[in-house]
Amino acid sequence: MIGILGVGLVITILLSLAQGSVAMSLQEVWQALWHQGPALNQTILWELRLPRIAAALFVGSALGMSGALLQGMLRNGLADPFILGISAGAGLVAIALLTLNIFLSWLPIAAWVGAVLTSALVYRLGHTVNGIAVERLVLGGVAVSSLLGAIQTTLLLLSDDGRIQAALNWLIGSLSGRGWTEVINAGPYISVALIAGCLLSRNINILNLGDDLAVGLGVSLTRSRLLIGGVATLLAASAVSMAGLIGFVGLVVPHGVRLLVGTDYRWVVPLSALGGAWVLILADLLARLGAVELPVGAVTALLGSPLFIWLLYRRLSPLQGV
Amino acid sequence: MLLDLQQISGGYDQTSIIQNVAFTLHEGEWLSLLGANGSGKSTLLKLISRMLPLQAGTILLDGKAIHQQSPQTVAQQMAVLPQHQTLPSGITVHQLVCLGRTPYQSWWQWSLTPTDHQHVKRALAQTGMLPFRHRPLEQLSGGERQRAFLALALAQNPKVLLLDEPTTFLDLHHQLELLELLRSLNQDRGLTILTVLHDVNLAVRYSARLALLKEGRLFDLGPPPQVLTPRNLAQVFGITAALIDSPVGLQICAIAASADSATPSVPSTVHAHDPS
Repeated sequence: MIGILGVGLVITILLSLAQGSVAMSLQEVWQALWHQGPALNQTILWELRLPRIAAALFVGSALGMSGALLQGMLRNGLADPFILGISAGAGLVAIALLTLNIFLSWLPIAAWVGAVLTSALVYRLGHTVNGIAVERLVLGGVAVSSLLGAIQTTLLLLSDDGRIQAALNWLIGSLSGRGWTEVINAGPYISVALIAGCLLSRNINILNLGDDLAVGLGVSLTRSRLLIGGVATLLAASAVSMAGLIGFVGLVVPHGVRLLVGTDYRWVVPLSALGGAWVLILADLLARLGAVELPVGAVTALLGSPLFIWLLYRRLSPLQGV
Repeated sequence: MLLDLQQISGGYDQTSIIQNVAFTLHEGEWLSLLGANGSGKSTLLKLISRMLPLQAGTILLDGKAIHQQSPQTVAQQMAVLPQHQTLPSGITVHQLVCLGRTPYQSWWQWSLTPTDHQHVKRALAQTGMLPFRHRPLEQLSGGERQRAFLALALAQNPKVLLLDEPTTFLDLHHQLELLELLRSLNQDRGLTILTVLHDVNLAVRYSARLALLKEGRLFDLGPPPQVLTPRNLAQVFGITAALIDSPVGLQICAIAASADSATPSVPSTVHAHDPS
């Protein structure tokens, strides 16, 4: 399974390096990678395509793993990285800055802070005397998201025409023009969170046995839920600060992985990261191929939905082997 | 004594359902908690299993307060089989039982050690689940499923096992089968067992001692013949009952729901005819 995903990922990365408004052959890509050949090719590869692919790799794996962690912890297949209010928090801050046209260079960090603060608030709402209740957490996320979403919509409606375009682009999510700065700023945090997520995946298997058994097995419910939710939030917030609100990856990739490998989260969590990276790099490649560059968030949905329907259909067919 | 409850109180949120309950569970014994609906027997089990916080008192496990030890240390000595199990979809019996080794794993450990695998295998063998180990959990019958979860608890290698109404969703055959299995674990392995049981007659048959709970307080405690008096049955369960000396020992036969539980009316012990 890891092999198939890995090979798919490598092929997609190679294709992404070669394709674009200036197409290169694999040989040219290879030369440019070693800083040889035409200077233009080197610049395109090192300054435009590589950082963009690296950004897609980080954002995709962060979203995929974040979704897997949250679906596992909340025992809810409809959970995605944005269920705990991350999109609403980051969205509100980003839209406020974009529509008011202030502090634009601070946008990634501001969006990150908005996301983290909002999910901290949602966690506060989900906390009861007996610890963190899953249902309260989900409902708190929905309530806070609608409240912030309403403010966000109002801001959009009141803003000047020119600003709406930029704001919408951010809301749908885009990797356009992402350079090494973004990758270097968020990459280390995402890497650490990815490792932490893998280590927490064993706990998700136990949480899935129900609260009573999990406690009987010596797992602290509150601590596990704080840690898993915290890591998922960091992953999603970092992804959002890099690329805006890219939907669908975090919701569908974990489902796809579960359909393929079963429900052992020790495999689902890391493979969701790998799968998320692959889907996002592929989507970004397709987004760049057209005459007009599409926002990658639109492509993930366009590409992801049929893929997911195919996976569902495949599982329902009687020929499926175990 | 293995488990020592010292004047414990507790319940949900601020209300105390269990009030000042104290008793000890001896090593290798089987004690059953009995009581009417709402008497707090499941709540008491949840307090002991740390599912609910204590409001007062202490619980000592092997002489040490369970709330002052790490959850993992407690889980290495005490396992729980809850009444309602969440079935994780798509996992096999073997995968389920492997999770029973969690209390022995460090946070960085991703898979089981050979020792862990031995314990898993032994737990599967003890519950007769070895032939079923590659089956998905969802495809098991109620009785097999209960034994799979019992194997999970046994893989923890506990000294004491807490079971909350383990026979509730089983038919008579599987009820007896499960309780016989528990009896052999109790007698052969010296596993200490604390059960909440709904069925008085099954509790009488298998337990060394019974604890009767009424309105969150300990009403009486002792060996079945001593505790099961018509007066206690009337007070605790609100029934008029006859006590029968059956082929499997003392059993009760409920005759009527008493209108006034304070005055029991049919007190005499009836002897059943010899079955031969």
